[in-house]
Amino acid sequence: MIPEALALSAVLFTIGTIGVLTRRNAIVIFMCVELMLNAVNLTFVALSKLYGVTGQVFVVFVMTVAAAEAAVGLAIIIAIFRHGQTVNLKNINLLKG
Amino acid sequence: MADFLASINYNAWVLPVLLALPVLGALLVWSHGALAGSGESSSMTARRMTLWILIAEFVLSAGLWWSLDSASAQWQAVYDRPWIEAWGTRFTVGVDGLSVMMVLLTTFLMPLAILGGWTGVRSRVHSYHALMLLLTTGMLGVFVAKDLFLFYVMWEVMLVPMYFIIGIWGGERRIYASLKFFIYTMVGSLLMLVAIVYLGIQAGAPAGRPTFDYDAIMALNLAPTVTFWLFGAFFLAFAVKVPMFPFHTWLPDAHVEAPTAGSVILAGILLKLGTYGFLRIALPFFPGVAMYPWVRTTIIVLAVVGIVYGSLVALVQPDIKKLVAYSSVAHLGFVMLGIFALTVESVQGALMVMIGHGLSTGALFLLVGIIYERTHTRMIDAYGGIARVVPLFATILTIVALSSIGLPGTNGFVGEFLVLVGAFRTYPGMTVISATGVILAAAYLLWAVQRLIYNPLDKPANAALKDLNWRELGLLVPILAGILWMGVYPRPVLDRMEASVQKLVSDVARNAERQQASMMLGGQ
Amino acid sequence: MPMPGLPVQEAAGAAHPLAGTFAEWIWLVPVLPFVGFVINGLLSLVPATRLGPADPSEGGDGHAHVEHAGGTAHDDAHHHPARHPYARLVSLIGPAVLALAFAVTAGIFGVLAGAHAEAPFVRTLFPWIVTGSLHIDAALQVDQLSMVMAMVVTGVGFLIHVFSVGYMQDDPGYPRYFAYLNLFVFFMLVLVLGASYPVLFVGWEGVGLCSYLLIGYWYSDKANADAGKKAFVMNRIGDFGFLVAMFLLFAHLGTLDFVGVGSRASQLTEGGAVVTAIGLFFFLGCAGKSAQIPLYTWLPDAMAGPTPVSALIHAATMVTAGVYLVARSAVLFSLTPVASLTVALIGAITAIFAATIGLKQWDIKKVLAYSTVSQLGYMFIGVGVGAYAAGVFHLLTHAFFKALLFLGSGSVIFAMHRALHHTGSHADAQDMRNMGGLRAYLPWTFGLMWIATLAIAGIPPFSGFFSKDEILASVFARASHSTLADASLLGIPGSALLMVIYVLGLAAALLTAIYMTRMMLYTFHGPNRTGEAERAHLGEAPWVMTGPLVVLGVLSVAGGLLNLPAFMGSLSQTLHHWLEPVTGEAALRITQGEEAHLALGTEGALIGIAVLIAVGGIVYAFMRLKPAVLLPKDQSPEAHGFERVLEHKYYVDEIYDRTVVKPVVGISTRILWKGMDAGLIDGLLVNGSGYLMRGLGWMGARLQSGQVGTYAWVLVIGVLAVLGAFSIS
Repeated sequence: MIPEALALSAVLFTIGTIGVLTRRNAIVIFMCVELMLNAVNLTFVALSKLYGVTGQVFVVFVMTVAAAEAAVGLAIIIAIFRHGQTVNLKNINLLKG
Repeated sequence: MADFLASINYNAWVLPVLLALPVLGALLVWSHGALAGSGESSSMTARRMTLWILIAEFVLSAGLWWSLDSASAQWQAVYDRPWIEAWGTRFTVGVDGLSVMMVLLTTFLMPLAILGGWTGVRSRVHSYHALMLLLTTGMLGVFVAKDLFLFYVMWEVMLVPMYFIIGIWGGERRIYASLKFFIYTMVGSLLMLVAIVYLGIQAGAPAGRPTFDYDAIMALNLAPTVTFWLFGAFFLAFAVKVPMFPFHTWLPDAHVEAPTAGSVILAGILLKLGTYGFLRIALPFFPGVAMYPWVRTTIIVLAVVGIVYGSLVALVQPDIKKLVAYSSVAHLGFVMLGIFALTVESVQGALMVMIGHGLSTGALFLLVGIIYERTHTRMIDAYGGIARVVPLFATILTIVALSSIGLPGTNGFVGEFLVLVGAFRTYPGMTVISATGVILAAAYLLWAVQRLIYNPLDKPANAALKDLNWRELGLLVPILAGILWMGVYPRPVLDRMEASVQKLVSDVARNAERQQASMMLGGQ
Repeated sequence: MPMPGLPVQEAAGAAHPLAGTFAEWIWLVPVLPFVGFVINGLLSLVPATRLGPADPSEGGDGHAHVEHAGGTAHDDAHHHPARHPYARLVSLIGPAVLALAFAVTAGIFGVLAGAHAEAPFVRTLFPWIVTGSLHIDAALQVDQLSMVMAMVVTGVGFLIHVFSVGYMQDDPGYPRYFAYLNLFVFFMLVLVLGASYPVLFVGWEGVGLCSYLLIGYWYSDKANADAGKKAFVMNRIGDFGFLVAMFLLFAHLGTLDFVGVGSRASQLTEGGAVVTAIGLFFFLGCAGKSAQIPLYTWLPDAMAGPTPVSALIHAATMVTAGVYLVARSAVLFSLTPVASLTVALIGAITAIFAATIGLKQWDIKKVLAYSTVSQLGYMFIGVGVGAYAAGVFHLLTHAFFKALLFLGSGSVIFAMHRALHHTGSHADAQDMRNMGGLRAYLPWTFGLMWIATLAIAGIPPFSGFFSKDEILASVFARASHSTLADASLLGIPGSALLMVIYVLGLAAALLTAIYMTRMMLYTFHGPNRTGEAERAHLGEAPWVMTGPLVVLGVLSVAGGLLNLPAFMGSLSQTLHHWLEPVTGEAALRITQGEEAHLALGTEGALIGIAVLIAVGGIVYAFMRLKPAVLLPKDQSPEAHGFERVLEHKYYVDEIYDRTVVKPVVGISTRILWKGMDAGLIDGLLVNGSGYLMRGLGWMGARLQSGQVGTYAWVLVIGVLAVLGAFSIS
């Protein structure tokens, strides 16, 4: 049971990472980040079977933070969209040094 | 007097009080500014408060003149409390013959500097005065620190107020000058921090906890290569502060841009911290390196180059403040020559030049500030012939310039003569070269004085100049008295430093031999 | 070897015959003028009442005085002299403190003369610089040499103060003038009375300061301020030598007071490098202070000061300090024939060099200035060849007749200026071409100045004859038998050198006679060239000015009595014997233990030659120079050829300017300041490291594209790299 779960989580995480790296749309990237977070959550849950409930507590934490992050992140995306009429990361370089 | 001071147990509390009073004063002035606003009357209160606090500071410190045993070379009036126990740092302060006159010079000059900026500083008066008070604590702290960590902290404490004083109340290029001052000093002092931490850990190794106590570090026996690097770190920190050629270029900029009081303090006290550092730390801790032939010769050569170079460059400055700044480079060259020539006479002379330079250059900057407030120019060419319009100003300027030239009967002569007569025994050739500094000093200062106050009065704007008012006269007269007193009867001052200087010279000479016997360094 | 030295007390203990006598009050002598300085100095801060225009460019210091005849815009104010409110009080205090000081000095002189003290009496006032092995007391020394000098300083000083009361009466800076003058006398007395080299140095630099202040007294004229600064800086070059000599003394003898140096000097190797260096460095100091080659150029410029100042400082007292120093250090110089010969040779060259320049000067004070330089050279010949008493003797007689000449010229200038002033003429009051025939208008000055002229020319029985003759005879005697004759300088044997010096001395005497007669002829003889209108206002100065001239005239005539030649019997050689306790031993060392006596016939021949030359010079001048054909300054043609070179003083000032002043300023500005400081250190190193950091930052900023995607790629690649590194290891 655990190896399968870990394998799934690895697949999900990789899909999420590749999505973050290759997609240009901020919303999609955001969703990929969520995918990565949940892949990690799956790992935590799976391994809690071995190491006790601490992992499940972490999952609750991660979900809470992810919810907060989604709220802030979406707000930023909307702000950026208002600023430049686009959510394509190619066209956004406000952090340029 | 000594009995009275003993009866109130003066020595036991004076140093912590001297350090605490300005800090409390700074808080007071700051909070007054926050509460009473920045109006004219509130500003005047800030000035008065600061002045009285600093006068109280001077009166308090004056007791040191009588309370210390001048025959002793030991730390006196020691105050010792634990500070950050986990790091082994303690709040340990004390004075000896090397520092007592520096403390008195600081407390003497500070109220005069405040008076010198009385009308010149018009914005953010409260912050300015609070910073001045903090600066006082920083400088005094360096002079009295007996714990090396405390020494470093105070070293940085005085850096920050000075940075703001130049950067906020300075002239047109104040940002450039203050940054230059800050970075120059910081580069040196960070290396010093590394060295201090290393020394503290080494000294505390037997006890398993670092200690930064002066005497404990003094007793350390370090490997020769290590002392070389440590000396290098301290050398850089102090040489920048002195400033020795070629680390001097921050000084002209800082002087020119700083407000009057800033220049006075910079020249009068801050520069002495560098030479004091050499006397207090670099020389006694690492005599083997400092007295190592090529190291010592290099420093002596740099000192002599500083004397001649500073004088020559001063000769051609069109800006009076820059001229005085370069003359400081030359004077501090004499101090370095005296310290590293390492005879009792030359080190005594170095200390006398330090005090004398504090008085005469301080007075020169005050005078420049006084005339600058009236004309708003520092260019020598903008003046000429004003002796007949401002005779008092001219008279005092002449006396102060002569003291800076080293005319016998003024403090300048006693110091320079002692440095040269002492240094001649160990470095005759170098001393003869540096004695040409007395010719050049006469040339640059008299030429400047002539262009300022003599010659025809050909600028109509200068015809209406006002002579010194009572405030300005009152702040210059104490300095004049000091200049003449130390020139005619310097003995009490020399006596107070004699024992410590004797001890320093003999310790360094003895330890240098011992350390060098086991040394593999440089040219071998 | 340096000896840890406490003050050397062995000779000056309580058992000294002068202890407990009036000589204990010696401190009063310098203190009195100092008190005068303080009072007058405070009074000078009270502004002068200004009757002229209120505009400060019109009515300030320096325009209402007599030597501004060439002045331009000041003439309106001339009619409203701004007399100082406290002028009367100052006129009283200024000379009175000098009179008192003179009285005290005379009293102590009398005590000393009666005491037959062989050793100097040292009065210690307080310890001055005490540290390590250095111990310098503020102490005064009473001995035969110091008291003679103190007599001259206070005596001649008093006369010149009195003269100044008249000369400076209308100057608005009157109290300031007397304050400076009193201060000068104070420092001069410290110089001659000081009991150690550092105390002497206090006076030495102090008189330089006063000289600076008084030369630049009328500072509103740039030339005057320049001259004062030049004097101070050139003196400082000399002072550098003085300092180095003191360092050498202290390093090798461990003491700096005269008594200690005297008793320990024998520790120095005779003729060794150390004592020679000490002598030469001391002489560098003398060359600065006493205006010898190569540092003499400041003295002629110093004539920019008021004329009484020229008389006091630049003729009678301060400039002779170098001679005093050599005499004071006789014990050192007698140990080093090389340095002694150098002193004498430089003195001789200066004597003849300055005399040639004096031949073609038109400014009456410039003639006297070069004459002073030349006579100082004479004194150095004397002290250089070890005839210390002869050198000091010439110093004394010169103080009398040169002070008289300067004050006389002051009287002439005073009269000229008053006359030119009445008519509003802008002619130069000091140029002899504008004078002529003044004997009819200034009979007293005329007669007295002729006395001084005969004295300086060396005509018997005037004082200058005796002192000059003594110096020349000493040189001649030592050429055949002395340590100097046995030594050599730069490969030339000393005896030959001494003969050269003797000939140069004679030649200088001839030129002296010529230029002095020339000055007298152009000033007082021939037709008057001042112009019709001015002539009516020419006249003798008030008695407060003429009186001191008369006293100096008497001294110029009778001064020779102080030291008559040896063959004149029991009254002869008074000064020589008087100074014996101070310089006798040193003089004997140079003459190898014997008194240097010439055979009567030889001495007679030498005197004959000297007198012949002096008379010849005067006669030649009378025959060759035609005051009748001289034209006023503005009509005179330019000089040509060598005369032109002389008139421009061999262009020495110009040469110094080109070879020293300009290069120093140029190098300091271009190479050191702009190149080294602003360019290399600040530009390349300080700001350069700033730019380097900024450049690195700029390159770092290029990586910061702002593309979050790029950052993510870098992040993932980094993580994979770290993981890979871990799994490999």
